[in-house]
Amino acid sequence: MTRECRVFYLGRCGYREAYRLQKRLVRRRIGGEIPDTLLLLQHHPVITIGRRGNGGNILAGAEVLEREGIRVHRADRGGDVTYHGPGQVVGYPVLDLNLHGKDVHRVINLYEEVIIRLLARYGLEGSRLSGHPGVWAGNEKICAIGIGVSNWVTYHGFALNVNTNLQHFSYIIPCGISGRGVTSMSRLLGREVDESKVAGDLAEVFGLVFRLEMKSHTLGEQLI
Amino acid sequence: MEVKLPFLAEGVESCTVSFWHVSEGDHVEEGDDLVEMQTSKAAFNVPSPCAGTVARILAAEGEEVRVGDVLCIIEE
Repeated sequence: MTRECRVFYLGRCGYREAYRLQKRLVRRRIGGEIPDTLLLLQHHPVITIGRRGNGGNILAGAEVLEREGIRVHRADRGGDVTYHGPGQVVGYPVLDLNLHGKDVHRVINLYEEVIIRLLARYGLEGSRLSGHPGVWAGNEKICAIGIGVSNWVTYHGFALNVNTNLQHFSYIIPCGISGRGVTSMSRLLGREVDESKVAGDLAEVFGLVFRLEMKSHTLGEQLI
Repeated sequence: MEVKLPFLAEGVESCTVSFWHVSEGDHVEEGDDLVEMQTSKAAFNVPSPCAGTVARILAAEGEEVRVGDVLCIIEE
């Protein structure tokens, strides 16, 4: 029997708010109170730095960040600097890995698979780069992936550049890796891409890859 | 109770201590995140197997530890 996974389309929300929501969902997933859940959303412009992060990987000064409306947030994770912003479709799966193979690298591999299959639907070729989680189009990163796991339940996830303002990435050295650029679906296709269609497609492909029956919800009391 | 680094992923024999969520002397509940470990690809929080007090932390931030190594000791 196929298991259920709830999908919530949250629209645009703050990083901190989405993080708190994930932590609540993780607790409830650990307790077996809710099924697997996928949050799909976009963030207000934000640069996040992990605990081991190096502020030197933020290249823009405070005035530039303020002018562009980009906040800086110290995130409760290791790792380095990332950027999130409008036009980027973010997925936060809250999955019990006891049901998906208890292997933290396998799940990253499956997230990459979801993104590669999604891109193929739009005629784009995504690939993996050994040792660096994420999906690449040629030499450029199109999707960042980072996961956290607590009690074998996942949080964080993937951030796919659909119509992202790529200029904003020039303000950081993403994940501390220099010398490789970033790209987006719209840049590769030479047109704006419908973000809600991408989100819907993502949910569908996610269900196929993880063998879950995806049930869409709009924001409501079922969420928490 | 000794808290050991569990199996995380196929082919991963060791990983790095990213940061401790707790300090020695802290009280923790069962399931609370104790320490974030970083593999080459993922962050993994090791939960407390029981309620108690963090008696000793045996792996420093930045240190490489192997699966099965003791990370800390919780006194129930």
